Amino acid sequence: MPRKTATAGDATPSYEALMQRLQHVVERLETGELPLAEALALYEEGVALSTRCQQLLDAAELRIQQLSVGVDGLTMTPWADE
Amino acid sequence: MQILSITDLTGYLADLLESDPILSDVWVEGEVSNWSRAASGHCYWTLRQGDAQLQAVCWRQQALKQPRLPANGEQVLVHGHVSFWQGSGKLQLYVDLIRPAGIGILHAQVEALKQRLEAEGLFDPGRKRAIPSLPRRIGVVTSPTGAALRDILTVLRQRWPLCEVVLAAAQVQGEAAPESLVEALYNLYGVELDLIIVARGGGSIEDLWAFNDEVVARAIFASPVPVITGVGHETDTTVVDYVADLRAATPSVAAALATPNIAELRNELQLSTERLREAVELQLSEGRDDLVQAMRQLQHLAPQSRLDRDRQTVQQLRDRIQRGLTTHIAFQKLNLRGTRQQLEMLNPRATLARGYAVVRRADGSVVLSPESVADGDELLLELRDGVLGARVDHGIGPIG
Repeated sequence: MPRKTATAGDATPSYEALMQRLQHVVERLETGELPLAEALALYEEGVALSTRCQQLLDAAELRIQQLSVGVDGLTMTPWADE
Repeated sequence: MQILSITDLTGYLADLLESDPILSDVWVEGEVSNWSRAASGHCYWTLRQGDAQLQAVCWRQQALKQPRLPANGEQVLVHGHVSFWQGSGKLQLYVDLIRPAGIGILHAQVEALKQRLEAEGLFDPGRKRAIPSLPRRIGVVTSPTGAALRDILTVLRQRWPLCEVVLAAAQVQGEAAPESLVEALYNLYGVELDLIIVARGGGSIEDLWAFNDEVVARAIFASPVPVITGVGHETDTTVVDYVADLRAATPSVAAALATPNIAELRNELQLSTERLREAVELQLSEGRDDLVQAMRQLQHLAPQSRLDRDRQTVQQLRDRIQRGLTTHIAFQKLNLRGTRQQLEMLNPRATLARGYAVVRRADGSVVLSPESVADGDELLLELRDGVLGARVDHGIGPIG
Protein backbone atom coordinates (compact mmCIF):
# COMPACT_ATOMS: atom_id res chain seq x y z
CA MET A 1 0.00 0.00 0.00
CA PRO A 2 1.52 3.33 -0.96
CA ARG A 3 1.80 5.59 2.03
CA LYS A 4 2.08 9.31 1.58
CA THR A 5 3.07 11.44 4.49
CA ALA A 6 0.68 14.30 4.89
CA THR A 7 2.22 17.41 6.38
CA ALA A 8 0.83 20.45 8.06
CA GLY A 9 0.52 22.83 5.14
CA ASP A 10 0.38 26.19 6.91
CA ALA A 11 3.38 28.45 6.53
CA THR A 12 2.24 30.95 9.16
CA PRO A 13 3.89 30.48 12.55
CA SER A 14 1.93 28.52 15.10
CA TYR A 15 0.47 30.03 18.23
CA GLU A 16 3.09 28.14 20.17
CA ALA A 17 5.92 29.65 18.14
CA LEU A 18 4.46 33.16 18.48
CA MET A 19 3.96 32.74 22.20
CA GLN A 20 7.48 31.41 22.66
CA ARG A 21 8.89 34.41 20.81
CA LEU A 22 6.69 36.76 22.85
CA GLN A 23 7.93 35.26 26.10
CA HIS A 24 11.50 35.57 24.92
CA VAL A 25 10.90 39.23 24.04
CA VAL A 26 9.35 39.91 27.46
CA GLU A 27 12.25 38.27 29.26
CA ARG A 28 14.85 40.19 27.28
CA LEU A 29 13.06 43.46 27.92
CA GLU A 30 12.81 42.70 31.60
CA THR A 31 16.56 42.32 31.99
CA GLY A 32 16.58 46.06 31.18
CA GLU A 33 20.10 45.99 29.82
CA LEU A 34 19.36 46.80 26.23
CA PRO A 35 20.08 50.03 24.37
CA LEU A 36 16.89 52.07 24.22
CA ALA A 37 16.48 51.81 20.47
CA GLU A 38 16.73 48.03 20.70
CA ALA A 39 14.32 47.93 23.62
CA LEU A 40 11.78 49.97 21.71
CA ALA A 41 12.13 47.77 18.65
CA LEU A 42 11.62 44.71 20.84
CA TYR A 43 8.62 46.29 22.46
CA GLU A 44 7.04 46.93 19.08
CA GLU A 45 7.74 43.36 18.07
CA GLY A 46 6.22 42.14 21.33
CA VAL A 47 3.06 44.17 20.84
CA ALA A 48 2.73 42.84 17.29
CA LEU A 49 3.23 39.26 18.53
CA SER A 50 0.67 39.70 21.24
CA THR A 51 -1.84 41.15 18.76
CA ARG A 52 -1.21 38.24 16.43
CA CYS A 53 -1.74 35.73 19.27
CA GLN A 54 -4.92 37.50 20.26
CA GLN A 55 -6.18 37.34 16.69
CA LEU A 56 -5.38 33.64 16.49
CA LEU A 57 -7.30 32.96 19.68
CA ASP A 58 -10.24 35.08 18.59
CA ALA A 59 -10.51 33.79 15.08
CA ALA A 60 -9.81 30.14 15.74
CA GLU A 61 -12.32 27.67 14.48
CA LEU A 62 -11.70 23.97 14.88
CA ARG A 63 -10.74 22.36 11.58
CA ILE A 64 -11.64 18.74 11.12
CA GLN A 65 -10.25 16.50 8.41
CA GLN A 66 -11.18 12.95 7.76
CA LEU A 67 -8.37 10.59 6.92
CA SER A 68 -9.06 7.88 4.41
CA VAL A 69 -7.07 5.48 2.31
CA GLY A 70 -7.60 5.60 -1.43
CA VAL A 71 -5.66 4.47 -4.47
CA ASP A 72 -3.32 7.44 -4.00
CA GLY A 73 -2.59 6.49 -0.43
CA LEU A 74 -3.73 8.61 2.47
CA THR A 75 -6.01 11.49 1.70
CA MET A 76 -7.58 14.07 3.96
CA THR A 77 -10.90 15.65 3.24
CA PRO A 78 -12.69 18.30 5.31
CA TRP A 79 -15.19 16.60 7.53
CA ALA A 80 -18.62 18.08 7.99
CA ASP A 81 -20.02 17.70 11.44
CA GLU A 82 -23.44 16.00 11.52
CA MET B 1 0.64 -53.78 10.73
CA GLN B 2 3.51 -51.96 12.36
CA ILE B 3 4.54 -52.60 15.93
CA LEU B 4 5.17 -49.35 17.78
CA SER B 5 7.39 -48.81 20.77
CA ILE B 6 5.82 -47.22 23.84
CA THR B 7 8.02 -44.19 23.33
CA ASP B 8 6.82 -43.87 19.75
CA LEU B 9 3.20 -44.18 20.73
CA THR B 10 3.27 -41.81 23.69
CA GLY B 11 5.31 -39.36 21.63
CA TYR B 12 2.74 -39.60 18.86
CA LEU B 13 -0.05 -38.98 21.33
CA ALA B 14 1.72 -35.95 22.75
CA ASP B 15 2.32 -34.57 19.24
CA LEU B 16 -1.29 -35.16 18.30
CA LEU B 17 -2.66 -33.42 21.34
CA GLU B 18 -0.28 -30.47 21.13
CA SER B 19 -0.99 -29.82 17.48
CA ASP B 20 -4.74 -29.67 18.00
CA PRO B 21 -5.90 -26.04 17.80
CA ILE B 22 -8.58 -26.49 20.43
CA LEU B 23 -6.54 -28.49 22.90
CA SER B 24 -3.57 -26.18 22.70
CA ASP B 25 -5.58 -23.16 23.90
CA VAL B 26 -8.40 -24.17 26.25
CA TRP B 27 -10.37 -22.58 29.03
CA VAL B 28 -11.80 -25.07 31.53
CA GLU B 29 -13.91 -24.58 34.60
CA GLY B 30 -13.98 -27.12 37.45
CA GLU B 31 -13.52 -27.89 41.12
CA VAL B 32 -10.07 -28.25 42.62
CA SER B 33 -9.23 -31.48 44.50
CA ASN B 34 -6.04 -33.24 45.56
CA TRP B 35 -4.25 -29.90 45.48
CA SER B 36 -0.55 -30.22 46.19
CA ARG B 37 2.35 -27.91 45.80
CA ALA B 38 5.67 -29.71 45.53
CA ALA B 39 8.91 -28.50 47.08
CA SER B 40 10.02 -27.63 43.56
CA GLY B 41 7.18 -25.07 43.39
CA HIS B 42 5.21 -26.99 40.76
CA CYS B 43 1.50 -27.49 41.53
CA TYR B 44 -0.49 -30.67 40.83
CA TRP B 45 -4.22 -31.21 41.28
CA THR B 46 -7.31 -32.83 39.87
CA LEU B 47 -9.96 -30.78 38.18
CA ARG B 48 -13.42 -32.29 38.62
CA GLN B 49 -16.94 -31.82 37.44
CA GLY B 50 -19.24 -34.46 38.90
CA ASP B 51 -17.66 -37.81 38.06
CA ALA B 52 -15.46 -36.44 35.30
CA GLN B 53 -11.90 -35.51 36.19
CA LEU B 54 -8.75 -34.30 34.59
CA GLN B 55 -5.17 -34.13 35.88
CA ALA B 56 -3.80 -30.59 35.98
CA VAL B 57 -0.31 -29.26 36.49
CA CYS B 58 1.01 -25.74 36.80
CA TRP B 59 4.77 -25.27 36.62
CA ARG B 60 6.55 -23.14 39.15
CA GLN B 61 7.18 -20.28 36.70
CA GLN B 62 3.46 -19.96 35.93
CA ALA B 63 2.38 -20.61 39.50
CA LEU B 64 4.43 -17.63 40.67
CA LYS B 65 2.59 -15.32 38.26
CA GLN B 66 -0.87 -16.16 39.65
CA PRO B 67 -2.32 -13.52 41.94
CA ARG B 68 -3.56 -16.31 44.21
CA LEU B 69 -3.49 -20.10 44.22
CA PRO B 70 -6.69 -22.11 44.88
CA ALA B 71 -7.47 -24.57 47.62
CA ASN B 72 -9.36 -27.87 47.52
CA GLY B 73 -13.07 -27.48 46.86
CA GLU B 74 -12.79 -24.14 45.04
CA GLN B 75 -14.30 -23.61 41.62
CA VAL B 76 -11.68 -22.27 39.23
CA LEU B 77 -11.38 -21.19 35.65
CA VAL B 78 -8.05 -22.22 34.17
CA HIS B 79 -6.32 -21.72 30.86
CA GLY B 80 -3.73 -23.97 29.33
CA HIS B 81 -3.05 -26.77 26.87
CA VAL B 82 -3.63 -30.50 26.94
CA SER B 83 -0.77 -32.92 26.44
CA PHE B 84 0.31 -36.43 27.22
CA TRP B 85 3.03 -37.05 29.73
CA GLN B 86 4.98 -40.15 28.89
CA GLY B 87 6.46 -40.44 32.37
CA SER B 88 3.15 -41.22 34.00
CA GLY B 89 1.19 -42.38 30.98
CA LYS B 90 -1.43 -39.78 31.71
CA LEU B 91 -3.14 -37.07 29.82
CA GLN B 92 -2.73 -33.75 31.61
CA LEU B 93 -3.85 -30.15 31.43
CA TYR B 94 -0.83 -27.86 31.55
CA VAL B 95 -2.19 -24.72 33.22
CA ASP B 96 -0.78 -21.21 32.79
CA LEU B 97 -3.64 -19.22 34.33
CA ILE B 98 -5.82 -19.85 37.35
CA ARG B 99 -8.74 -17.59 38.29
CA PRO B 100 -11.81 -17.94 40.50
CA ALA B 101 -14.59 -19.42 38.37
CA GLY B 102 -17.00 -16.54 38.89
CA ILE B 103 -15.11 -13.88 36.93
CA GLY B 104 -15.90 -15.19 33.51
CA ILE B 105 -13.72 -16.13 30.62
CA LEU B 106 -13.49 -12.64 29.06
CA HIS B 107 -12.21 -11.16 32.24
CA ALA B 108 -9.74 -13.95 32.73
CA GLN B 109 -8.47 -13.54 29.18
CA VAL B 110 -7.96 -9.83 29.76
CA GLU B 111 -6.09 -10.62 32.94
CA ALA B 112 -3.88 -13.05 31.09
CA LEU B 113 -3.18 -10.55 28.32
CA LYS B 114 -2.37 -7.80 30.79
CA GLN B 115 0.02 -10.11 32.57
CA ARG B 116 1.79 -10.97 29.35
CA LEU B 117 2.01 -7.41 28.02
CA GLU B 118 3.19 -6.10 31.33
CA ALA B 119 5.90 -8.73 31.45
CA GLU B 120 6.98 -7.57 28.00
CA GLY B 121 7.26 -3.97 29.24
CA LEU B 122 4.34 -2.49 27.30
CA PHE B 123 2.99 -0.81 30.45
CA ASP B 124 6.36 0.49 31.60
CA PRO B 125 5.78 3.90 33.27
CA GLY B 126 9.24 4.90 32.07
CA ARG B 127 8.16 4.94 28.43
CA LYS B 128 5.08 7.12 28.94
CA ARG B 129 5.57 10.31 26.96
CA ALA B 130 4.55 13.80 28.00
CA ILE B 131 1.50 15.27 26.29
CA PRO B 132 2.46 18.34 24.22
CA SER B 133 1.04 21.51 25.78
CA LEU B 134 -0.11 23.24 22.59
CA PRO B 135 -0.90 20.51 20.06
CA ARG B 136 -1.41 21.71 16.50
CA ARG B 137 -2.76 18.49 15.10
CA ILE B 138 -4.64 15.85 17.00
CA GLY B 139 -5.47 12.46 15.53
CA VAL B 140 -8.72 10.91 16.71
CA VAL B 141 -9.52 7.24 16.35
CA THR B 142 -13.18 6.55 17.01
CA SER B 143 -16.50 5.90 15.36
CA PRO B 144 -17.53 8.81 13.11
CA THR B 145 -21.11 8.46 14.31
CA GLY B 146 -20.55 7.90 18.02
CA ALA B 147 -21.22 10.19 20.97
CA ALA B 148 -17.51 9.96 21.79
CA LEU B 149 -16.54 11.99 18.71
CA ARG B 150 -19.23 14.60 19.41
CA ASP B 151 -18.00 14.96 22.98
CA ILE B 152 -14.40 15.28 21.89
CA LEU B 153 -15.16 17.91 19.25
CA THR B 154 -17.25 19.93 21.72
CA VAL B 155 -14.40 20.01 24.22
CA LEU B 156 -11.82 20.86 21.57
CA ARG B 157 -13.95 23.72 20.25
CA GLN B 158 -14.26 25.16 23.74
CA ARG B 159 -10.71 24.70 24.90
CA TRP B 160 -8.43 24.74 21.91
CA PRO B 161 -10.02 25.61 18.57
CA LEU B 162 -6.59 26.45 17.16
CA CYS B 163 -5.83 22.81 16.55
CA GLU B 164 -6.71 20.66 13.62
CA VAL B 165 -8.41 17.32 14.09
CA VAL B 166 -7.56 14.41 11.85
CA LEU B 167 -10.29 11.86 12.19
CA ALA B 168 -9.46 8.25 11.42
CA ALA B 169 -12.81 6.54 11.50
CA ALA B 170 -12.93 3.06 12.95
CA GLN B 171 -15.43 0.48 14.04
CA VAL B 172 -15.34 0.40 17.80
CA GLN B 173 -17.36 -2.73 18.42
CA GLY B 174 -18.07 -6.04 16.79
CA GLU B 175 -15.92 -8.70 15.18
CA ALA B 176 -14.17 -6.34 12.78
CA ALA B 177 -13.43 -3.67 15.38
CA PRO B 178 -9.86 -4.70 16.33
CA GLU B 179 -8.70 -4.81 12.73
CA SER B 180 -10.49 -1.55 11.95
CA LEU B 181 -8.89 0.16 14.98
CA VAL B 182 -5.44 -1.09 14.02
CA GLU B 183 -5.84 0.14 10.47
CA ALA B 184 -7.04 3.56 11.61
CA LEU B 185 -4.08 3.84 14.00
CA TYR B 186 -1.52 2.89 11.36
CA ASN B 187 -3.10 5.31 8.88
CA LEU B 188 -2.64 8.08 11.42
CA TYR B 189 0.99 7.08 11.91
CA GLY B 190 1.50 8.22 8.32
CA VAL B 191 0.34 11.75 9.16
CA GLU B 192 2.28 14.41 11.00
CA LEU B 193 0.53 14.74 14.36
CA ASP B 194 1.26 15.92 17.87
CA LEU B 195 -0.85 13.31 19.61
CA ILE B 196 -3.60 10.75 19.14
CA ILE B 197 -6.83 10.23 21.05
CA VAL B 198 -8.35 6.74 20.96
CA ALA B 199 -11.92 6.89 22.19
CA ARG B 200 -15.17 5.09 22.57
CA GLY B 201 -18.27 5.84 24.60
CA GLY B 202 -19.50 3.65 27.41
CA GLY B 203 -20.79 0.12 26.96
CA SER B 204 -20.74 -3.38 28.38
CA ILE B 205 -17.45 -5.21 28.77
CA GLU B 206 -18.30 -7.08 25.55
CA ASP B 207 -18.85 -3.76 23.77
CA LEU B 208 -15.43 -2.57 24.84
CA TRP B 209 -13.89 -5.85 23.81
CA ALA B 210 -11.84 -4.51 20.92
CA PHE B 211 -9.94 -2.30 23.39
CA ASN B 212 -8.78 -5.41 25.21
CA ASP B 213 -7.43 -6.89 22.01
CA GLU B 214 -3.77 -7.73 21.97
CA VAL B 215 -3.22 -6.54 18.40
CA VAL B 216 -4.88 -3.20 19.17
CA ALA B 217 -2.78 -2.83 22.29
CA ARG B 218 0.40 -3.51 20.34
CA ALA B 219 -0.66 -1.06 17.62
CA ILE B 220 -1.05 1.65 20.26
CA PHE B 221 2.30 0.74 21.72
CA ALA B 222 3.81 1.35 18.28
CA SER B 223 2.52 4.93 18.05
CA PRO B 224 5.20 7.49 17.14
CA VAL B 225 3.33 10.20 19.10
CA PRO B 226 1.74 10.20 22.57
CA VAL B 227 -1.62 8.43 22.79
CA ILE B 228 -4.45 9.31 25.16
CA THR B 229 -7.19 6.73 25.60
CA GLY B 230 -10.72 7.59 26.65
CA VAL B 231 -12.67 4.38 26.54
CA GLY B 232 -16.01 3.76 28.24
CA HIS B 233 -16.96 5.25 31.58
CA GLU B 234 -14.82 6.19 34.57
CA THR B 235 -14.96 2.66 35.96
CA ASP B 236 -13.91 0.86 32.79
CA THR B 237 -10.28 0.08 32.36
CA THR B 238 -9.20 -1.71 29.23
CA VAL B 239 -5.85 -3.09 28.16
CA VAL B 240 -5.24 -0.17 25.80
CA ASP B 241 -5.50 2.19 28.80
CA TYR B 242 -2.42 0.54 30.25
CA VAL B 243 -0.46 0.82 27.03
CA ALA B 244 -1.44 4.43 26.32
CA ASP B 245 0.79 7.32 27.41
CA LEU B 246 -2.16 8.74 29.31
CA ARG B 247 -5.45 7.19 30.32
CA ALA B 248 -8.53 9.39 30.48
CA ALA B 249 -11.73 8.31 32.16
CA THR B 250 -13.96 9.30 29.24
CA PRO B 251 -13.63 10.69 25.69
CA SER B 252 -14.40 14.24 26.92
CA VAL B 253 -11.70 14.00 29.56
CA ALA B 254 -9.28 12.71 26.93
CA ALA B 255 -9.93 15.81 24.82
CA ALA B 256 -9.47 18.05 27.87
CA LEU B 257 -6.20 16.35 28.83
CA ALA B 258 -4.96 16.77 25.27
CA THR B 259 -5.42 20.52 25.16
CA PRO B 260 -4.73 23.77 26.95
CA ASN B 261 -7.64 25.93 28.02
CA ILE B 262 -8.07 28.92 25.72
CA ALA B 263 -9.28 31.07 28.64
CA GLU B 264 -6.01 30.41 30.47
CA LEU B 265 -4.09 31.21 27.31
CA ARG B 266 -5.89 34.54 27.05
CA ASN B 267 -4.86 35.33 30.61
CA GLU B 268 -1.31 34.30 29.93
CA LEU B 269 -1.26 36.46 26.82
CA GLN B 270 -2.59 39.46 28.70
CA LEU B 271 -0.03 38.95 31.41
CA SER B 272 2.78 38.84 28.85
CA THR B 273 1.53 42.01 27.22
CA GLU B 274 1.43 43.78 30.57
CA ARG B 275 4.93 42.65 31.44
CA LEU B 276 6.06 43.90 28.05
CA ARG B 277 4.58 47.34 28.65
CA GLU B 278 5.87 47.55 32.20
CA ALA B 279 9.38 46.59 31.14
CA VAL B 280 9.54 49.19 28.41
CA GLU B 281 7.95 51.87 30.60
CA LEU B 282 10.46 51.18 33.32
CA GLN B 283 13.28 51.52 30.86
CA LEU B 284 11.80 54.74 29.47
CA SER B 285 11.33 56.29 32.89
CA GLU B 286 14.86 55.31 33.85
CA GLY B 287 16.03 56.90 30.63
CA ARG B 288 14.11 60.06 31.47
CA ASP B 289 15.67 60.22 34.92
CA ASP B 290 19.11 59.77 33.44
CA LEU B 291 18.40 62.54 30.98
CA VAL B 292 17.30 64.98 33.67
CA GLN B 293 20.43 64.14 35.62
CA ALA B 294 22.62 64.68 32.58
CA MET B 295 20.97 68.02 31.83
CA ARG B 296 21.68 69.16 35.36
CA GLN B 297 25.29 68.19 35.03
CA LEU B 298 25.53 69.89 31.69
CA GLN B 299 24.10 73.08 33.09
CA HIS B 300 26.58 72.93 35.89
CA LEU B 301 29.42 72.66 33.45
CA ALA B 302 28.24 75.43 31.07
CA PRO B 303 30.76 78.41 30.60
CA GLN B 304 28.21 81.03 31.66
CA SER B 305 27.50 79.37 34.96
CA ARG B 306 31.21 78.85 35.45
CA LEU B 307 31.75 82.60 35.01
CA ASP B 308 28.89 83.34 37.36
CA ARG B 309 30.38 81.05 39.91
CA ASP B 310 33.86 82.59 39.57
CA ARG B 311 32.42 86.06 39.86
CA GLN B 312 30.68 85.03 43.00
CA THR B 313 33.87 83.64 44.39
CA VAL B 314 35.74 86.86 43.69
CA GLN B 315 32.98 88.85 45.36
CA GLN B 316 33.12 86.62 48.37
CA LEU B 317 36.87 87.06 48.63
CA ARG B 318 36.53 90.80 48.34
CA ASP B 319 33.91 90.85 51.02
CA ARG B 320 36.15 88.88 53.26
CA ILE B 321 39.06 91.19 52.67
CA GLN B 322 36.85 94.18 53.28
CA ARG B 323 35.55 92.73 56.47
CA GLY B 324 39.05 91.87 57.59
CA LEU B 325 40.31 95.37 56.90
CA THR B 326 37.47 97.11 58.71
CA THR B 327 37.97 94.96 61.73
CA HIS B 328 41.68 95.66 61.68
CA ILE B 329 41.20 99.42 61.55
CA ALA B 330 38.63 99.40 64.31
CA PHE B 331 40.98 97.41 66.45
CA GLN B 332 43.84 99.75 65.79
CA LYS B 333 41.63 102.72 66.69
CA LEU B 334 40.71 101.15 69.95
CA ASN B 335 44.29 100.37 70.66
CA LEU B 336 45.33 103.93 69.94
CA ARG B 337 42.72 105.37 72.21
CA GLY B 338 43.90 103.19 75.07
CA THR B 339 47.49 104.19 74.55
CA ARG B 340 46.52 107.84 74.48
CA GLN B 341 44.66 107.53 77.73
CA GLN B 342 47.64 105.86 79.29
CA LEU B 343 49.85 108.67 78.01
CA GLU B 344 47.43 111.24 79.32
CA MET B 345 47.58 109.74 82.73
CA LEU B 346 51.38 110.00 82.73
CA ASN B 347 51.35 113.69 81.69
CA PRO B 348 52.56 115.71 84.74
CA ARG B 349 50.52 118.62 83.63
CA ALA B 350 47.44 116.62 84.32
CA THR B 351 48.59 116.64 87.95
CA LEU B 352 48.88 120.43 87.87
CA ALA B 353 45.25 120.58 86.77
CA ARG B 354 44.26 119.02 90.04
CA GLY B 355 46.03 121.90 91.99
CA TYR B 356 49.52 120.53 92.36
CA ALA B 357 52.64 122.59 91.52
CA VAL B 358 56.10 121.72 90.31
CA VAL B 359 58.78 123.68 92.21
CA ARG B 360 61.94 124.48 90.30
CA ARG B 361 65.09 126.43 90.97
CA ALA B 362 66.00 129.24 88.71
CA ASP B 363 68.10 126.81 86.65
CA GLY B 364 64.95 124.73 86.10
CA SER B 365 65.89 121.76 88.35
CA VAL B 366 63.05 120.36 90.38
CA VAL B 367 63.08 120.91 94.17
CA LEU B 368 62.19 117.70 95.92
CA SER B 369 63.22 118.42 99.51
CA PRO B 370 63.09 121.62 101.72
CA GLU B 371 66.70 121.16 102.75
CA SER B 372 67.95 121.48 99.22
CA VAL B 373 67.14 125.23 99.19
CA ALA B 374 68.16 128.12 101.44
CA ASP B 375 66.12 131.07 102.66
CA GLY B 376 65.95 133.73 100.07
CA ASP B 377 66.50 131.43 97.07
CA GLU B 378 64.28 132.31 94.17
CA LEU B 379 61.98 129.51 93.05
CA LEU B 380 59.61 129.09 90.17
CA LEU B 381 56.18 127.47 90.88
CA GLU B 382 54.71 125.89 87.82
CA LEU B 383 50.91 125.93 88.14
CA ARG B 384 48.10 124.82 85.80
CA ASP B 385 47.69 128.19 84.26
CA GLY B 386 51.26 129.60 84.39
CA VAL B 387 54.49 130.14 86.27
CA LEU B 388 54.72 132.04 89.59
CA GLY B 389 57.93 133.36 91.11
CA ALA B 390 58.55 132.81 94.92
CA ARG B 391 61.28 133.20 97.66
CA VAL B 392 62.21 130.54 100.19
CA ASP B 393 61.44 131.31 103.91
CA HIS B 394 62.02 128.30 106.18
CA GLY B 395 60.41 130.38 108.94
CA ILE B 396 56.97 129.82 107.66
CA GLY B 397 55.85 126.63 109.24
CA PRO B 398 53.89 123.93 107.64
CA ILE B 399 50.22 124.57 107.41
CA GLY B 400 48.27 123.27 110.28
